[in-house]
Amino acid sequence: MTQAWKGIAASPGIAIARAFHLASERFIPTQQTIQDSASEVERFRQAVAVSREEVEAIRASAEERLGADKAEIFEGHLMILEDPDLIEAIEEKIADEAVNAEFALHEVSQSFIELLQSMSDELLRGRAIDIEDVSGRMMSHLRGVPHMDLANLSEECIIVARDLTPSDTAQLNLEVVRGFITEVGSRTSHSAIMARSLEIPAIVGAGSAVNEIPEFSTIIMDANQGVILVNPSSEELESYQDKKQKDDVRRTELKGLRDQPTLSKDGKQVELAANIGSLEDIARAIDNGAEGIGLFRTEFLYMGRSSLPTEEEQFTSYKYALEKMNPKPVVIRTLDIGGDKELPYMELPKESNPFLGQRALRLCLDRQELFRTQLRALLRASRYGNLKIMFPMIAVLEELLEAKKLLEEEKQKLIAEGVQLAEHIEVGMMVEIPAAAVAADLFAPEVDFFSIGTNDLIQYTMAADRMNETVSYLYQPWHPSLLRLIRLVIQAAEKEGKWVGMCGEMAGDHTAIPLLLGLGLHEFSMSSGAILQARELIGQLDRSEWSDYANQALTMRSTQEITQFVEHTRNGVTQHD
Amino acid sequence: MISKTFTILNPTGFHVRPTKTFVQTAGTFPCKVSVINKGKKVNGKSSLSMLTLGIAVNEEVTLEIDGEQEEQALEALGQLLTEIHE
Repeated sequence: MTQAWKGIAASPGIAIARAFHLASERFIPTQQTIQDSASEVERFRQAVAVSREEVEAIRASAEERLGADKAEIFEGHLMILEDPDLIEAIEEKIADEAVNAEFALHEVSQSFIELLQSMSDELLRGRAIDIEDVSGRMMSHLRGVPHMDLANLSEECIIVARDLTPSDTAQLNLEVVRGFITEVGSRTSHSAIMARSLEIPAIVGAGSAVNEIPEFSTIIMDANQGVILVNPSSEELESYQDKKQKDDVRRTELKGLRDQPTLSKDGKQVELAANIGSLEDIARAIDNGAEGIGLFRTEFLYMGRSSLPTEEEQFTSYKYALEKMNPKPVVIRTLDIGGDKELPYMELPKESNPFLGQRALRLCLDRQELFRTQLRALLRASRYGNLKIMFPMIAVLEELLEAKKLLEEEKQKLIAEGVQLAEHIEVGMMVEIPAAAVAADLFAPEVDFFSIGTNDLIQYTMAADRMNETVSYLYQPWHPSLLRLIRLVIQAAEKEGKWVGMCGEMAGDHTAIPLLLGLGLHEFSMSSGAILQARELIGQLDRSEWSDYANQALTMRSTQEITQFVEHTRNGVTQHD
Repeated sequence: MISKTFTILNPTGFHVRPTKTFVQTAGTFPCKVSVINKGKKVNGKSSLSMLTLGIAVNEEVTLEIDGEQEEQALEALGQLLTEIHE
């Protein structure tokens, strides 16, 4: 009978092969008294030296196979082999307590492993395995036992282990290893990260499943779902072989789109960008083929601390993002805080209706010093990449003009101070208040771009709190009222030769994308994971056809009519090809 | 002995990469380098000890430097603490 187990899907893909158990019995040395501790220290130093040579060799081959950034982990291992608090402590223990090297090594490295494993930070807990890896290597040299080498596997298999050390993973023979399953770990553990860069399926944190998988039995691992099937029936094998083939093809297709421009079927180009809320998100955006950052939320710089971030601190963060994306554009939104988002150190007054209160730019125009600091940091960072500044929560033209005036003042001050700035910095605004959408033509001459923030625009248009379940039925992105507002904004921008983006969840929605493309949206900014599929979808859509369809949709009476129409038309169109 | 306090900006805290750069730089100075965070003080020339501090973003870290070239060390290491590393 088939047994099914669940783990954490750490690296996508499907694999079907025999299980190979990687033994991980840990050697625990006994304490022995040593007569000649000087030569025992010397014996330990020998083991360190041989280990260093080996790690250096692994590092070189990992650099070749996996690239410099993945090889870096082994530079870390070399550092462990030179770490004074580890190596000197072991030598001292051997000398002072006259104990054998194996015991001293075990005791000292174990104390570091336990310290790291007890930490609350998952990434740091994961580093314990580096010490295990390195001390295990030293231990095998002290004992004269060969270190298990995964490079020598010669039969197709799925590796099953308690955990894989970095050297295990880096040395996997990809000719035969189809995937791996580990008992412990998470999506951010080292082996999971390596699996993703090696592009092999991996399931981690599978727990006791690992002990239930019989050695050499054929298993199915669906690392898209985190499912492991032991003793599969022949029907299951057949169905998964089919699934695997389709999955592999699909993955290659999507991967092929990563560095492609986003073109509609009739060759019209649009831009797919990523929304990010921290500097860590940038790498993911690049990995997923983002053509820019369409919304950089700056709130993270202000949250989780006890005082405002300084100009210097902000500058460092903006510069990093701009350099990392250069020459691709980065749209940085000025602070969107107040009302519902608490910053204790700012002592914002409690408001009875925070979403309609003093938030975002309204707050910034009131607390000018706070705003000016951010503007200065942005301006100073501008020369490191392609910066576009965006102001949130604008209702009336005066707010935009005031914000632009402050920006210009800070710019002139910096120029007078001799600071070098980018020659041209685009300035735009979010459109998230219906007043701004309806009167977009008043704003268009004063901005370089608009970005439609649908999450707020929907709730303000419908006058429905999206967190309130009793009115959540009014959260209707595809409603004609919304689409008409969007069309107004795009038309107003086009008249002035400006571009329009969208940075709400709607921009990545597969029902909305055909309509938005048809309405003439230029930039779609979404969470990174949605980009490749959106690029694929746009490639199947004819923009001029969808321009007609969109106009048709705008005359419909309800969300339901529109979504059915889109689904029907989209499927009809794609099935013909 | 001189000392100074810094705020960590690196988004993932002071993890493996920043620690590596820090420890390598600390190793180029003859002076003693201590790093204090959340009331715990460790050897700034040991990456393992540095990691056990679990320094997170926006946390304060105090450098205590004693010995030859302490001024230069404080400047170089302080900068590494506030930089954003890849």
